Amino acid sequence: MHTTFAALVLVGIATAAVLYVDSLSILVGRRSTVATVHLWAGLLIPVPLAAGLLSRSFRADVRSLDGWSPDDSRWLRSRDRRSGAIPVDRFNAGQKLNAALTVGAIIVLLGTGAIMGSLVGAWPDDLRTGATFVHDWTAFGLTAAVTGHVWFAVKYRRGDAVKPASVHALDPGRPR
Amino acid sequence: MLGLVGLGAVGVAVGAPLSRGADRALSSVRGADPTGISDLIPGAGGWRYYSVTSQQPDVSAADYQLSVEGLVATPQTFSYADLAALPQTGLTRDFQCVTGWRVDEVPWSGVHLRDLLDAVTPTGAAAAVTFTSLDGAYTESLTMDQALSDEVLVATHMYGQPVTRNHGGPVRLYVAAMYGYKSLKWLGGITIVDTVQPGYWERRGYDIDAYVGASNGRSDEPI
Repeated sequence: MHTTFAALVLVGIATAAVLYVDSLSILVGRRSTVATVHLWAGLLIPVPLAAGLLSRSFRADVRSLDGWSPDDSRWLRSRDRRSGAIPVDRFNAGQKLNAALTVGAIIVLLGTGAIMGSLVGAWPDDLRTGATFVHDWTAFGLTAAVTGHVWFAVKYRRGDAVKPASVHALDPGRPR
Repeated sequence: MLGLVGLGAVGVAVGAPLSRGADRALSSVRGADPTGISDLIPGAGGWRYYSVTSQQPDVSAADYQLSVEGLVATPQTFSYADLAALPQTGLTRDFQCVTGWRVDEVPWSGVHLRDLLDAVTPTGAAAAVTFTSLDGAYTESLTMDQALSDEVLVATHMYGQPVTRNHGGPVRLYVAAMYGYKSLKWLGGITIVDTVQPGYWERRGYDIDAYVGASNGRSDEPI
């Protein structure tokens, strides 16, 4: 499930880059095909998330990500947050923030993308321009969040003890 | 998360003036930025590169050939030098894309399409013109009346320089009054026909009569 979700997000980012960055557009071309792939990757993103809600451990992780304690605020502000002095539950405050921003960004991208992807003329020009503007900025933000997420995941990949259960639970092939 | 969604909704509502503001603020920077990084800023405006095939045609001016045929008395093929020998017209007009971006006051020059049509003498049945791109996939069309307009150029120059390969060079179409998808890039063939054939994007839902501000449900300032 995590793999499906990650693959859709990465396909979305890669096709977005081809549509948006001129040098990549020149290299790849095929605008109509790339745009269709981008659209479908976006439309399918909610599917693995919705499927995840069927899993008990995934729901537990969502609840845990959704809870914000005073300790989380302190953890974010502290300089020695990795020392273990401030108690952290299953997810640290950074992970909670990243999850909230990622889900928020995806909702914004789906909403603005729906306006951009609908038939020309379905929306007033100003709303379409506004949606494009927000979609572009949000995409930059999400790309930064995903990059940070992958960076920290690689950097702390040995910390299996703190890895959320559902990443394993959703990948049946992996030992728990 | 909800905060971000709210911010996004507000952004959609007020994004258009913000986007135009960013375009104005960045237009001076863009001209002085050789890296092109400023083009990546959302709302930065300027040209966007669109192509529907995987490889853009690579034809030199020396090898260039433009065939004009169909319902005509005397089909002809024009080389780049033939085009250069015809009367040249300059035209400074905006370029408006149907997806929203607009480039102000682009100096175009080239040959009136009308002059090429006159040269081949269309027959009585001629009612429309079909354009094909050297990319092998893209097509466009105009009615004969639209094609005879003063503001339709077979363009060889932009900004006083030969049209670059990325912009559709060595020769592209420029239909001033219409959205950018009408201004076919890498022009390779002109066929005079008896009825309008919908072009590449028109078969995918865009208007055939693509006047800026009066088609595709958009209200841009006409050109």
